[in-house]
Amino acid sequence: MTLTLVDTGSHVAGLAAQAARAEVIAAYPITPQTAIVELIAELVDSGKMKSQYICVESEHSAMAASVGASASGARTFTATSSHGLAYMHEMLHWASGARLPIVMAVVNRTIGPPWNILPDLSDSISQRDTGWLQFYCSSHQEIFDTIIQAYKICENSKVLLPAMVCFEGFILSHTSMPFTIPDQKQLDSFLPRYKPGWKLDVEDPMAHGTLSSSDYFTELRYLIQEAMENAKQLIPAVDKEYADKFGLPYHGGLLEIVSCDDAEIIVVSMGTIGSDAKVAVEKLRDKRYRAGSVRIRSFRPFPIEEIKKTCERAEAIVVIDRAISFGMEGQLSTEIQRALYDVKDRPLVMNFIAGIGGRDVTEKDIEEMATHTLKCAKEGKIDQKLTWYGLRT
Amino acid sequence: MVSLRELTRNELILPGNASCAGCTTNLSIKLALKALGPKTIFVVPACCTSVLQGVFPMNSLNIPVLNIPFASAAAAASGVVAGLRVQGVDDITVVGWAGDGGTVDIGIQALSGAAERGTDFIYVCYDNEAYGNTGMQRSGSTPMGAWTTTTPKGKTEQKKDMPLIMAAHKIPYIATLSPSYPTDFIDKFQKAKEIRGTKYLHILIPCPPGWRTDPEISIELGRLAVQTGAWTLFEIEKGTFSISAPSRPLLNKSNRKPVQAYLEKQGRFRHLTPQETSEIQTKLDETWEYYSKVNQTRLCP
Repeated sequence: MTLTLVDTGSHVAGLAAQAARAEVIAAYPITPQTAIVELIAELVDSGKMKSQYICVESEHSAMAASVGASASGARTFTATSSHGLAYMHEMLHWASGARLPIVMAVVNRTIGPPWNILPDLSDSISQRDTGWLQFYCSSHQEIFDTIIQAYKICENSKVLLPAMVCFEGFILSHTSMPFTIPDQKQLDSFLPRYKPGWKLDVEDPMAHGTLSSSDYFTELRYLIQEAMENAKQLIPAVDKEYADKFGLPYHGGLLEIVSCDDAEIIVVSMGTIGSDAKVAVEKLRDKRYRAGSVRIRSFRPFPIEEIKKTCERAEAIVVIDRAISFGMEGQLSTEIQRALYDVKDRPLVMNFIAGIGGRDVTEKDIEEMATHTLKCAKEGKIDQKLTWYGLRT
Repeated sequence: MVSLRELTRNELILPGNASCAGCTTNLSIKLALKALGPKTIFVVPACCTSVLQGVFPMNSLNIPVLNIPFASAAAAASGVVAGLRVQGVDDITVVGWAGDGGTVDIGIQALSGAAERGTDFIYVCYDNEAYGNTGMQRSGSTPMGAWTTTTPKGKTEQKKDMPLIMAAHKIPYIATLSPSYPTDFIDKFQKAKEIRGTKYLHILIPCPPGWRTDPEISIELGRLAVQTGAWTLFEIEKGTFSISAPSRPLLNKSNRKPVQAYLEKQGRFRHLTPQETSEIQTKLDETWEYYSKVNQTRLCP
């Protein structure tokens, strides 16, 4: 039976783990992720989830236990935020290096000091290079769908990598929206029981993760890059298959593109800023600006060709980063510019750092960033390419 | 007590591996796996066993092994246990197999968590009393007086008492072992295999390169450790402490060889003054007073 519910983003993530029939969940509480693990604990305790729930004593152990569980052949789920994700860092590399398709909800929260529990993407973006797929969601429906899809993609024998399904704390985790849960039987046929690529097997004993020399290491790392490229092919296909099968909206695969065909100015963003950007684009269109929006859904693998194709004809691009690589610029901005480097008459790219530590980014702010950038492009006068939007001086 | 004649001749650790000459870790794995059998999964953090398994594609262990970062052996083992349980498998013994650094220092949090959760596994600390894999730096398990590369004048602090820390977790079975006493060793592994919950086994590992000793005296050193009382074989079963047979005669002080007999064989103690040796003997006698007092009693309520 298909269900339409109204609930918080955190509960959506927990219900998605249940719908995916995650068999082992190892988690440690951290704000704003807590409601996910509380719900799962309840579901396991009441027998609604036939899973093993491990209340570990730290996030480092949460990921270590997830690695162990996945290596034993069980479908594994966990969730964290902020410092918890940072504390997992070493184990994140181990999970991807061991080629284990663990799915983790990351409820985005900034990193201290000073203490701040509010959202930005600095926690997950600083784990960009750990070999995990990274998805960024903009709605409750997308959180649910992406968790299911992530298992399907990650468990594919051509991928076998873990994935983070990221969504902003409070903005999505603690607000309620309607969302649809497809029929469980149909979900089971979409996402069948996990068949591990490898597992700890007493009938076929092998040492996993043992010492390896430089004779092999480069090739092992290359295989991860290849798996990421394979995931890039699969992500849109799985999103499409899911949307068709369940009659739910297609989220765009690697990236959600809105009104970009004729766009002179394109706003590029991730997460919920992408939702506001869509509203901003409508308003800009009302004001006769040819505006478009690109919301990056898959940050790893990064849709470099698709961005090039979508953005190369625009006059200007606004990249909004809810994170910063100190001493450089917003990470998304750097990557967008890389994607456009091969274009002969490149559009102007301007980078806005906005929404850090939970500061609100409204559709009006996005309009202002877009019109300012387009003005710079048209007049050929560029004051600064990196702007800390709304910075108090 | 097991008879060595009855033991399986099936070897689950293969010869020609990368362990040092006279390595008692190698021997301990051999004995442990004879007791546990092939339905065993090892979870191994960074330690000498990461090396002695061999370099890919060579592998000397004939059981599945999950290698895992330093701090995470007990947590990863918890995950393996949960994963097996949820798949309906309960005839496989999961073993966390870690060195002293990976147990008493960087791994203690994960181990404490796993024990508090009552994870059904055997955790083994094989203790050569320093970070051997990285060239013999001091660990929390290095005994007082011992030279290491980071205690060039000898360690001034005492060895962390890990079995008693584990006793405070109120787990069903704790034992100390020495591969120099193979029947006691195998008995304890077999017993641990049959008990549900967290089992903690702590093995003293004479280490020729680290202890600055000749490879051929490793077994003798293990015996001397027990005969002097520098290493005591005991069990804590459901909270009750009992000295094991090889160490039991030492309850009578006159049966204890002077610790000097154990220390003088090792390069790592060569710098000790008679005064320092005597301080070590005093501490050891105090420890034995405690053991005599608690023998056959419940340690934790």
